[in-house]
Amino acid sequence: MDTHDTPVHPQASDARPVLEGPDIARVLTRIAHEIVERAKGADDVVLLGIPTRGVFLARRLAAKLAQITDREIPVGSLDITMYRDDLRMHPPRALARTEIPGDGIDGKLVVLVDDVLFSGRTIRAALDALNDIGRPRAVQLAVLVDRGHRELPIRADYVGKNLPTSLRETVKVQLAEEDGRDTVLLGAKPAAQ
Amino acid sequence: MQRHLISAADLTRDDAVLILDTAEEMSRVADRPIKKLPTLRGRTVVNLFFEDSTRTRISFEAAEKRLSADVINFSAKGSSVSKGESLKDTAQTLEAMGVDAVVIRHGASGAPYRLANSGWIDAAVINAGDGTHQHPTQALLDAFTLRRRLVGRDAGLGQDLSGKRITVVGDVLHSRVARSNVDLLHTLGAEVTLVAPPTLVPVGVESWPCAVSYDLDSTLPKCDAVMMLRVQRERMNAAFFPTEREYSRRYGLDGDRMARLPEHAIVMHPGPMVRGMEITAEVADSGRCTAVEQVANGVSIRMAVLYLLLGGNEPAVTHSRTEEK
Amino acid sequence: MSKILIRGAKVLGGEPQDVLIDGETIAEVGTGLSAEGAEVVEAGGKVLLPGLVDLHTHLREPGREDSETVLTGTRAAASGGYTAVFAMANTFPVADTAGVVEQVWRLGREHGYCDVQPIGAVTVGLEGRKLAELGAMHESAAGVTVFSDDGKCVDDAVIMRRALEYVKAFDGVVAQHAQEPRLTEGAQMNEGVVSAELGLGGWPAVAEESIIARDVLLADHVGSRVHICHLSTAGSVEIVRWAKSRGIRVTAEVTPHHLLLTDELVRTYNPVYKVNPPLRTERDVTALREALADGTIDIVATDHAPHPHEDKDCEWAAAAMGMVGLETALSVVQETMVDTGLLDWAGVADRMSVKPARIGQATGHGRPVSAGEPANLTLVDTAYRGPVDPAGFASRSRNTPYEGRELPGRVTHTWLRGKATLVDGKLT
Repeated sequence: MDTHDTPVHPQASDARPVLEGPDIARVLTRIAHEIVERAKGADDVVLLGIPTRGVFLARRLAAKLAQITDREIPVGSLDITMYRDDLRMHPPRALARTEIPGDGIDGKLVVLVDDVLFSGRTIRAALDALNDIGRPRAVQLAVLVDRGHRELPIRADYVGKNLPTSLRETVKVQLAEEDGRDTVLLGAKPAAQ
Repeated sequence: MQRHLISAADLTRDDAVLILDTAEEMSRVADRPIKKLPTLRGRTVVNLFFEDSTRTRISFEAAEKRLSADVINFSAKGSSVSKGESLKDTAQTLEAMGVDAVVIRHGASGAPYRLANSGWIDAAVINAGDGTHQHPTQALLDAFTLRRRLVGRDAGLGQDLSGKRITVVGDVLHSRVARSNVDLLHTLGAEVTLVAPPTLVPVGVESWPCAVSYDLDSTLPKCDAVMMLRVQRERMNAAFFPTEREYSRRYGLDGDRMARLPEHAIVMHPGPMVRGMEITAEVADSGRCTAVEQVANGVSIRMAVLYLLLGGNEPAVTHSRTEEK
Repeated sequence: MSKILIRGAKVLGGEPQDVLIDGETIAEVGTGLSAEGAEVVEAGGKVLLPGLVDLHTHLREPGREDSETVLTGTRAAASGGYTAVFAMANTFPVADTAGVVEQVWRLGREHGYCDVQPIGAVTVGLEGRKLAELGAMHESAAGVTVFSDDGKCVDDAVIMRRALEYVKAFDGVVAQHAQEPRLTEGAQMNEGVVSAELGLGGWPAVAEESIIARDVLLADHVGSRVHICHLSTAGSVEIVRWAKSRGIRVTAEVTPHHLLLTDELVRTYNPVYKVNPPLRTERDVTALREALADGTIDIVATDHAPHPHEDKDCEWAAAAMGMVGLETALSVVQETMVDTGLLDWAGVADRMSVKPARIGQATGHGRPVSAGEPANLTLVDTAYRGPVDPAGFASRSRNTPYEGRELPGRVTHTWLRGKATLVDGKLT
């Protein structure tokens, strides 16, 4: 969701893939194992994806966690639109769904899932949103790509790929559920922007 | 750039569906332990009520507070307004205080339009009911209730009310609710039939996008929802109908009439209900009557409207007719 | 007073001619007239009309001098080409006694911009219950011959009958504001498609038509003449046409705004369009124009109704009804009647000068433009076209519905009994 302030043109000829479908599957498997390891069995893990692509990633992670632990892992979505700090800079956005699993998040280990970690403002908003919904035991963050350039003191607990980028570059995650294919594209910002 | 909600007729289908979808998300906030969002922090909204309407005011106030707006309630009763201060002066006073939006309820048709277009203020204007003209947020909450009940809470997202048959019964002549609903439900693809004694249908109704009938019984079996409008007893004295008894016999909704509705059809009422007049207690208290649900939906709809008009740097709702560019 | 030679003016829109004014009268009309000893006004093809006569003006004095006075109102009249106006009785106090009508009449004479002929109230305080002293007002210096409760309808059929009968004694006329009061309680605009949508109280056409029908029958019954103020509906036209065909002595007026504007404008909720009777529909406008052209409607009268800014700068329901009209009337008539081919300039002179003078018995006004007649004249630049700018109005009020609208025609000169009141568009 951090990609919003770096307009993305996936068709741009110079956009090159840095992760392909099999890579994405592999890093998600790795992250799932890391979660089980760090959460000591993932007994109280709740996965909350940040719309749009974070939700698909969270569902995929939940499936992998279920395979590893042989248990159903609660998964939901957390829309952070109403908590953004840049609302006044854009027209209002359509809201996405916030779906908290039935048992809630109180006392749980919430793992936020997003596609790209960039400025950290989305995660800041997600933490605020969580605050209004309940009191987790702990909150962790899983992202597919960390492209750097943090503007807030926020870091990810699970990173699929660290991708050093320049501010003139764009990172676009495509997922089969939304875009028809799995890929992470690195491109250049159009000069006009 | 102005950003107002003056008339339901100004909303396109896509605008209306966006508002309903947004309200669906807003309604989830009501289920949370902390029923508050930070979205309108630092924005000031005035509820400028020239007419008593505790229900509507409270609904807007709840919506504004859930979005963290600073709320000022300005009731014209007992204020300088009743001492002859004009709408213009009141508006300019509020403007000087730096308000971002004015939610206005006024007894004169067109007062919100005037406020939005006369250059008196820059703030966004949201019509909370003007005279016998419009009450757009009421129509939106009615459409929201209809979509939830007739299409489905999740199934309804992104959908309109195509093909749904809605009957509106009662004092259409004096009703801003009827006008707003005819406009909005038509925009959303529903087929609206107005039912009233001929005295309570306005001259000129033939230009409205709806059917008109004087016979309630023949329309009931063919509708998905029936919306009962309040009929004030005073109308009797102006010879709009002979007696209260005759009115309820011909146009009131009782248990027998409700039984003629299709199984799935719902009974709506914008409130406050005049029990024994347009609706019997039996119907009002039945599970098919959505009056209480409508009140709850009102808060969600008003949150959606406030968010979409004030949440960003420009409104997300496109406007057409009543905004002079 | 010296001589004035108006050179090359199209008298009543005809071939260019010269008109020589000597003192208070027209000395000669012809071609190639000698300019010796005369001030020359080059008309250059402008149209020369007899000074316009308005049978329906609200001058607001006494009582509402914040919106208009006899002085500002008559300056507005001169500016619009008028040499005589009839001042309606709804002042404070009401013009229902000889004292008030004489005061208004005298103020008009003192200021000298335009003859002011007061209209007397039909009933005391315009309350519709008790006849005012009609005879006393007639015998006063003001010599009142037109009586009206304008703003209110004489709705009591017996009072109306008596008034119609009573004024026969001195050949007076009652001018009726036709508005059935019960049918128009809370009325805000024409009742129809637009009112239904806007939720504004409807003002049905029948409220006007039923009173006109009753009054022409009453006039017929008692053998009196009756004048209908600001007729505004197609149905009213039909009734007047029928009455005239029966030989009933009825005359009728239409306002410029009812010839041009429709209730569609009310969609803006801008009270500048709020007026009594209300703006009607396109169909009514068409019928009114045709009726004025064929003579069913006798005259154009402005219903010039000045209101202070604050009475219009508010929500619709709270706003006052009425529009100023003296300074735009001729332009609107040119736009709606002349430029559309419905009426020629001789017709305009007839509807805006000759007939109103005759109905109101304004001696010396509405006369032919010929030698020996009083020099009450107005010169119009009919080729002009431009936007209406209320800032330039002589009226104290600015409540015009035409602000910014392009209209044809501009009065450049007005002479009241040989004395110029307007020269090159500027008041003297």
